[in-house]
Amino acid sequence: MHSNGFFLKDVAGFLGGYYTFVAIMNGVAALILWRRKNQPGWAIVWSVVAGLTLILASLALSGSATLVPSLPLSARTLVNKLSGPVLYTLGTTALFTVLFVFRKFFVKPMVAWTTLNVLLLLMGLSMADENFASIVMKPDNVPIVGLVFLLAFFTWLATSQAVVNDERIKQGLPPMEKLNDEKVLVWPDLVYTELICMVAVTAFLLVWAIFLQAPLEEPASSVKTPNPSKAPWYFLGLQEMLVYFDPWYAGVVLPSMVVFGLMAMPYLDFNKKGNGYYSIEERKFSYLVYQFGFFELWITLIILGTFLRGPNWNFFGPFEYWTPYKVEVLNNVDLPQMFWVNLLDRPLPRVPQGAGVLTQVGTILLREAPGLVLLGAYLVLLPPLLAVTVFRKFFAQMGFIRYMIMANLMLLMLTLPLKMILRWTLNLKYIVSIPELSLNF
Amino acid sequence: MAIGETIRNSQIWKSIFRHPMPLDRRNRIVVMLTNFFLHLHPVSIKKQGIALSFTWCMGGVTFFLFLVETVTGVLLMFYYRPTLEWAYNDILALRDVTSLGILRELHRWGAHAMVITTWLHMYRVFLTGSYKPPREFNWVIGVILLLLTLLLSFTGYLLPWDQLAIWAITVGSNMARATPILGYEGPGQQLLTIGGIDMITDGSDARFGLLGARFVGEETLNRFYVLHCIAIPLAVALLLAIHFWRVRKDGGISGPL
Repeated sequence: MHSNGFFLKDVAGFLGGYYTFVAIMNGVAALILWRRKNQPGWAIVWSVVAGLTLILASLALSGSATLVPSLPLSARTLVNKLSGPVLYTLGTTALFTVLFVFRKFFVKPMVAWTTLNVLLLLMGLSMADENFASIVMKPDNVPIVGLVFLLAFFTWLATSQAVVNDERIKQGLPPMEKLNDEKVLVWPDLVYTELICMVAVTAFLLVWAIFLQAPLEEPASSVKTPNPSKAPWYFLGLQEMLVYFDPWYAGVVLPSMVVFGLMAMPYLDFNKKGNGYYSIEERKFSYLVYQFGFFELWITLIILGTFLRGPNWNFFGPFEYWTPYKVEVLNNVDLPQMFWVNLLDRPLPRVPQGAGVLTQVGTILLREAPGLVLLGAYLVLLPPLLAVTVFRKFFAQMGFIRYMIMANLMLLMLTLPLKMILRWTLNLKYIVSIPELSLNF
Repeated sequence: MAIGETIRNSQIWKSIFRHPMPLDRRNRIVVMLTNFFLHLHPVSIKKQGIALSFTWCMGGVTFFLFLVETVTGVLLMFYYRPTLEWAYNDILALRDVTSLGILRELHRWGAHAMVITTWLHMYRVFLTGSYKPPREFNWVIGVILLLLTLLLSFTGYLLPWDQLAIWAITVGSNMARATPILGYEGPGQQLLTIGGIDMITDGSDARFGLLGARFVGEETLNRFYVLHCIAIPLAVALLLAIHFWRVRKDGGISGPL
């Protein structure tokens, strides 16, 4: 901790305002529950929470090391020690799975509200940590914090409607959206909504712009490379993929395939149900594929790349100081090495001096045979194999070309998690490595 | 006669607004049909189509942010000069001495917000299955608009010409160096060797095309400035028009049949 000793004083005002905001939020919720929803029990609960949060606010405003609410140092050290790319990825996957499986429970307003409060409290407690705050408060990182909360909110909003619709459809009723079938005039109903939205967005942007200054670092210098050097935040998922793949794949081929896959989506999804209303049960497959791609392979990687990757792209726990001197052992091996040297105990096939082109190509093919066979099986054999087993119905409905495009896109998408797992378990660096063609996979 | 009524009955007013005040049902319909700025909308709409819990208003907010970016961007262009000599100093002055320097904050935070609202809009469209027939092609246009939004943000990231800017662009554009066949460090670039001469070098590959130079320098600043202020916004404006037009032509906002 490289504290200047003034950190808590600096952050006290922000934390005071933050807890006051949470208190007001809970107070308003209590008022609504009491007056509108007729749930006095819950109203009392949330007014007590509001009161407690106000106490937190006044403690935070003190700015004194003993009073500002924070996570105990031992807990922070433990979190730092435990966290790493493996636990982070598996943890988020487990979290999303739990949220999905028990979605009927989590969409209940009181459960969701409790979750929000716990998250906000954790956030507030963490902000009292200097290392955590210094990364999260970086001006360009603030939008990502907003993104996380917005995504959580909108996913809750959508899922709670989908849960209701799924239940209704099971009972043979039309989705909720069908009930509001009557037509209204666009002037005034829509035009005024738009006007209010514009005013709200403008006000929000102005407040944001007044309270948070846009970042401006030292003048550009092509000789002073910052460590870490990061792409803009929305590309950090791609930068994180560089840990597992070479730039040609992580930075060019895979992103192109993402764009292509998104464009192809409406032509691949032949399911006619679920058009124009929230639903999960009616389109579980496409729902899960999209959510896996969006949350697991895009958003969590961005969060990882932004908040948890420090100097030299090393992993740092959320409360860890970003020291450039952290050393991580890299002992990754290529598949040919594993196969020829470790398994067969023979030297790697080497091109003899002054050999012809054919011998060169032959030797490379022989050397890379294990990887090429694996890749071939994955990309060429797996799609037809799936077509006659798991995706039998899909294949019948989609026809050859559409099915092959879908299967290959999905397999390409899965290369990332598969490569992650291979790296974590076997320290595998490349499956195929042909430096002669700068082709490493 | 009240002054308001006099104005509304004047020749000037009537020549500008082709419709009477939208106070009764008939004129509320007429206003939608005869006003240029409103004619993108239908006259009437299903109630669920304007429910905020259904639409999240994210498409509209994205468009509004695009307008905010255009207005603040044009104003910033009056001040900012995209040259090595001035770029950084102009931004510094916007922060420290210029009145209304807050335009830069509005522009930058608006840009971040626009990226986020684009994702959220897309997320909503997916969750309601609104990309399904007959709206497939509009989804495709939406994906291109998403790509252009990211490119707008990426090209704008360079303009302050500080350490954050050039290194983010350096890291981002280094990927192009690895483009298969067309990047000079990419797989297969060796294949484009004709008569022993490399066709793909660091002075002719995909990254060079993007940066206009072998590294992020003044040529890049100029290139990104033009892309950011003119080329990409024009493309976005055209695609937006098609995007909105298709919303109407494909049956308006989606809903259960």
